[in-house]
Amino acid sequence: MKKLIAILFAIMPAFAFAAGGSNIPLDHMKVDLEDKASLQRGAQLFTNYCMGCHSTKFARYNRVAKDLGIPADLMEENLIFAETKIGNLMEIAMRPEDSKKWFGATPPDLTLVARVRGADWVYTYLRSFYEDPMRPYGVNNTVFKDVGMPHVLEGLQGRQVKGTAPVVVGYDPLTAQEITEEKDGVLYLAEEGELNAKEFDRAVTDLTNFLVYMGEPIAMDRKEIGFWVLLFLAILFIPVYYLNREYWRDIH
Amino acid sequence: MSNDGVNHGRRRFLIATTSVGGGIGAVGVAVPFVKSWTPSEKAKAAGAPAKADISKIEPGAMITVAWRGKPVYIVRRTDESIALLDSLNDRLKDPANDNKDQQPAYADNVARSRKPEVAVIEGVCTHLGCAPKYHPEVKPEPFDTEWKGGFFCPCHGSRFDLAGRVFSGSPAAANLKVPPHSYLDENTLIIGVDEENS
Amino acid sequence: MSKFQAFMDWVDHRLPVTVTFEKHMSKYYAPKNFNFWYFFGVFSMLMLANQILTGVWLTMSYTPTAEGAFASVEYIMRDVQLGWLIRYMHSTGASFFFIVVYMHMFRGLMYGSYQKPRELIWIFGMFIYLMLMAEAFMGYVLPWGQMSYWGAQVIISLFGAIPVIGGDLVEWIRGDFLISGITLNRFFALHVIALPLVIVALVVLHILALHEVGSNNPDGIDIKKHKDEEGRPLDGVPFHPYYTVHDLVGIVVFLFVFCAVLFFAPEGGGYFLEKPNFEEANGLKTPEHIAPVWYFGAFYTILRAWTIDLPFLSSQLGGVILMGAAIAILFVLPWLDRSPVRSWRYKGWITRINLVIFSLFFILLTWLGTQPASGLYQILGQVGTFVYFAWFITLPIISSKEKTKPVPERVPG
Repeated sequence: MKKLIAILFAIMPAFAFAAGGSNIPLDHMKVDLEDKASLQRGAQLFTNYCMGCHSTKFARYNRVAKDLGIPADLMEENLIFAETKIGNLMEIAMRPEDSKKWFGATPPDLTLVARVRGADWVYTYLRSFYEDPMRPYGVNNTVFKDVGMPHVLEGLQGRQVKGTAPVVVGYDPLTAQEITEEKDGVLYLAEEGELNAKEFDRAVTDLTNFLVYMGEPIAMDRKEIGFWVLLFLAILFIPVYYLNREYWRDIH
Repeated sequence: MSNDGVNHGRRRFLIATTSVGGGIGAVGVAVPFVKSWTPSEKAKAAGAPAKADISKIEPGAMITVAWRGKPVYIVRRTDESIALLDSLNDRLKDPANDNKDQQPAYADNVARSRKPEVAVIEGVCTHLGCAPKYHPEVKPEPFDTEWKGGFFCPCHGSRFDLAGRVFSGSPAAANLKVPPHSYLDENTLIIGVDEENS
Repeated sequence: MSKFQAFMDWVDHRLPVTVTFEKHMSKYYAPKNFNFWYFFGVFSMLMLANQILTGVWLTMSYTPTAEGAFASVEYIMRDVQLGWLIRYMHSTGASFFFIVVYMHMFRGLMYGSYQKPRELIWIFGMFIYLMLMAEAFMGYVLPWGQMSYWGAQVIISLFGAIPVIGGDLVEWIRGDFLISGITLNRFFALHVIALPLVIVALVVLHILALHEVGSNNPDGIDIKKHKDEEGRPLDGVPFHPYYTVHDLVGIVVFLFVFCAVLFFAPEGGGYFLEKPNFEEANGLKTPEHIAPVWYFGAFYTILRAWTIDLPFLSSQLGGVILMGAAIAILFVLPWLDRSPVRSWRYKGWITRINLVIFSLFFILLTWLGTQPASGLYQILGQVGTFVYFAWFITLPIISSKEKTKPVPERVPG
């Protein structure tokens, strides 16, 4: 019976994936919250490209500065705009009523987007814009159909289109050359941007890393504290176990 | 020790060890509950130092800046009003700043400030907390026929001079508080920050 | 006489402290053969204490309005010193509370703990379970995330299926024409004080009823049948110190598992803190899948299992009735089990297989509750619903007819 329960608990994680929901294939990205340089680049990308429309109103500038290792004055110079104090919440000036009128939908707050969607979704989404003349901003997104925002990172990524293009499906075992096939509905670059593919992926990784951090800034600390708590309990187990054994010696 | 077959020594040791371990655990569990009562980041942000640009304050004029939920009066005192301060000593309860709690060390002087021409005073009456009103003009007032300029608290009639020192006959017992402050440069005053807590 | 003795004498003359301690701890004789399954009562009390303590603390920083609730939770997570820890203790605690309660109930099923003379303990327990579900449901609305809002929307609208009064009843519960801050505010009041008081009172009654008749044990033996010259059960041990130190071991291990989840996987794979709930409630945007939290899963599956529309019975009402019946039938279990024997250790193999199947299907039903009710999942849900009721319905026949093994007079070993 105990084994059965143990097995059930062991396979439980498999069921967790069912809780996800989306059927769109997502590219995987390795989150690394210890890479402060990546987080800093992500923070800069976010404040420069996203914060015009998207707030992260549950986070404070000073916490971001402290966690990312950015000195306060550099933070104020480069990442905080207007007269905002460093202890303030990262709100934006645009009012929701106005943005709804101008854009059709209020650009959502992004503090928790990585907790709602997951890192892979954010990573793939930011790289999946493509040209679509039918849309108000001229772009659509394979991850988020009919999204209401423009392709803000187009300058960096370049102009992406959806069409028929060769896709790598394997490698020739003898020559190690790529084998490609023409496939439909593929996203490919029609015009290059400032960054090449690898650099752009790196940038989006940084931005996603930052958003994962923003979703739960305490994540790294809680694991550290958790280690010590578990260690304490493991050690406490020893006298507690022997105390119990000591008393139950009386019983036959 | 073991007349009844029980090793009391071992039992006591194990009880003691478990109790100590449990006690440490209990303290550990108490930590988040106690710590959560300390000021939150929101409180700390609201209580953060307040900057004030004093370059545009006319002589004799006052601006008010909020710091930690309190009004802080910043007055650009004229040379005449500074000169007047000494003459008021007989009418004051604490002319020499004997109550050290009411001002930082650098404000322990006649003008009760770093620079005599700039007064930095908390607008909180030391009687029961109302905001005293600024009456800079040297002329007889209904509350004081010999008024030489200062602050008058409308709630219960406490009077303070232009250095925030309390007049005898006022319900208030102490001089107005001078908050920690320092100068970032000629024109920028920062309240809440001085050598001790920058 | 020591100072402490003198002090206790003074108190005892005015308040029966020592007598009570002896009655319920140092002279309460519990069977000496408690096993793993007997930890879960204490774990339940531990979780209740955890929820109350962390809950009170959360209330200090939480804002119970539609405008401020979601932001206040993030305030707790980010701005309140170690607020995140208190929040995770509460959210992890809620799920662990149910895990522990289900294990506790399962123990009852295995060992016939609901049988005479413990029927009232079982009934109090069922009321605790019911109140706990209400408490958890209302608690989940408080963060005012998408799942909070839409979960409340779905569950409250179930009441609309009740004929004649349904519509008015739903409006009365909501206090508004839609789920709003008004609903949130009243759920807050009920969740924070009303239901916890009721639950604590029920737990006290539950334990008093238990102590009146004494605890059962894995062999279902009545230890009060064989006592020594001083009236102490031969197969019993004083709860204190034997089970206090014994439970301490269990508690340390339990806390290890609890803390492992809390510190390393507080979202519980998306089951303890559901992903859609990290998005603020939006009445104009319905999430892809609306499901109650995992611990309601089984009953939610049963609710959705009824899909037939009859002239006087809409499928919605049918589902509500079926779900109600699934909970209600648990109450009468003591009278469905007609076996002369308590513990499944001494029952026939059919009974034992049935209980295993019932339990596995309950777990399946629970998981299915988190999934959309379509295709294979819907069919499995219906099969599971059938198995669920079949177990209860066949119990009277099987338990009275099946041959049992002789139960020993004294605890073996």
